[in-house]
Amino acid sequence: MNVLTDNAELFLTGFKNTGILFVFSAFFALILGTIVAGMRVSPVPAMQATGTFYVNAVRNTPLTLILAFFALGYPQLGLPDLSFMAAAIVGLSLYTATYVSEAIRSGINTVSVGQSEAARAIGLPFMQTLTLIVLPQAFRSVVPPLFSVFIALLKNTTVAAGFSVLEAGAIRAYLSERGEPLLPGLLWVALIFMVLVLGILTPLQRYLEKKWRVAR
Amino acid sequence: MSSVLFDVPGPKARTRNKYLNVITVLVVAAIIAFIVYKFYESGQFTAKKWEIFTFPRVQEKFLEAIWATISAFGVAAVGSLILGVVLAFGRLADTKWLSVPCYWFTEAFRAVPLLILMMIMYYGLPSVGVEGMTPFIAVVAGLILYNGSVLAEVFRAGIESLPKGQGEAGLAIGLTKGQVLRSILLPQAVRAMLPVIISQLVVIMKDTSLGFLITYNEILYYAGVLGSQGQYGSPILPAYMVTAVVYVGLCLILSGLAKYTEFKMSSRLKVLKTKVGMAG
Repeated sequence: MNVLTDNAELFLTGFKNTGILFVFSAFFALILGTIVAGMRVSPVPAMQATGTFYVNAVRNTPLTLILAFFALGYPQLGLPDLSFMAAAIVGLSLYTATYVSEAIRSGINTVSVGQSEAARAIGLPFMQTLTLIVLPQAFRSVVPPLFSVFIALLKNTTVAAGFSVLEAGAIRAYLSERGEPLLPGLLWVALIFMVLVLGILTPLQRYLEKKWRVAR
Repeated sequence: MSSVLFDVPGPKARTRNKYLNVITVLVVAAIIAFIVYKFYESGQFTAKKWEIFTFPRVQEKFLEAIWATISAFGVAAVGSLILGVVLAFGRLADTKWLSVPCYWFTEAFRAVPLLILMMIMYYGLPSVGVEGMTPFIAVVAGLILYNGSVLAEVFRAGIESLPKGQGEAGLAIGLTKGQVLRSILLPQAVRAMLPVIISQLVVIMKDTSLGFLITYNEILYYAGVLGSQGQYGSPILPAYMVTAVVYVGLCLILSGLAKYTEFKMSSRLKVLKTKVGMAG
């Protein structure tokens, strides 16, 4: 307990930055993932190919390598400077977007064809069929996989600690600098993550799943 | 072709799709050209930056690093599969004192970030007097605890998705519950869940790269070492490119294996079905 109270400001900063990484990456990953999913289900072959290539290439690359690229490799390219935080958000978003896109794509596939046929039969154009009929049902049915993706993202934010972002995963390095006992400190970090995942995200997932279930 | 999202395209839609096709190709080509140009402009393709890969000593070391990744993956994969089966059986056990701890074990280890687990092993345990902790053990132990818990859920879901009659039939012919699990339910569950299991193996393969952060001498670690060689122009980006190719290659081999086994199994099932059909 002492490790936690003695270094309260360290734990607070660490988890605050974890939160920032999580929220921004989740936001961008959701947008990019939806676009990629849209490309993969579109009737345009080039879009399908691009989406498929992106998903396959990025999903088979370790997150550690992606973050290493943005933190250590990117500065060599002579492009606008990114702070380590921004670099981590870009890397996490690009990585997570592939999982989001797969989840949403599987969601679109669960909507029965009759739904959109009915929409077209009453004269709705494509965009309205998509936004009013198909996507709402698709989003509802992907709540569980999408939440698993975001829980994984929350845990993945710790990898950014390896690349100079002071977030929860970096607390260890700071504790060892201060000569604090490491095991209790690390166990506290683990415990807080357990509370975040099992105490907040998982119950929220169950709640939304129940509330938004699609009647079929 | 019937898709949820669009009808079979008519003449108008076909021309529109053609235009969209061309636009997409142009946009993608522009993005790739920009990236390649930036790589070129900052001198990533100069011979100086790639020279380091021509040294036999470096190649040897790189192969050693690849082997380090593969061996961590191999041990972790086997360990996770075993732990997964044990935990799944534990959770399905009738006795509360067995199923409740197994439940909490899986839930807890799935909720903790893998990197934190590895850090607890590598930095935490030695600080309270545990000796003999090497990066390899820390990486493998972390991978096994985390992925074993994930796989336990996969096995359990597979077993619970089977028709009830399967287990009941086993019990009816006098098998014990353990025998039913081992010889009737588990083989079917593994077959049903094979795609998920293999994609989890791909995750293990990728997560070995976390070892880099706790000084395990694997591919990404060695790429970092190469990248910091100043006299060869700090070839960090070339090193990452090679690393990415290796990882994607290893993961694609694994997923290829998954597709192959799936195909094999489904074709075997078909044979079974036709045989049953003929007998009926």
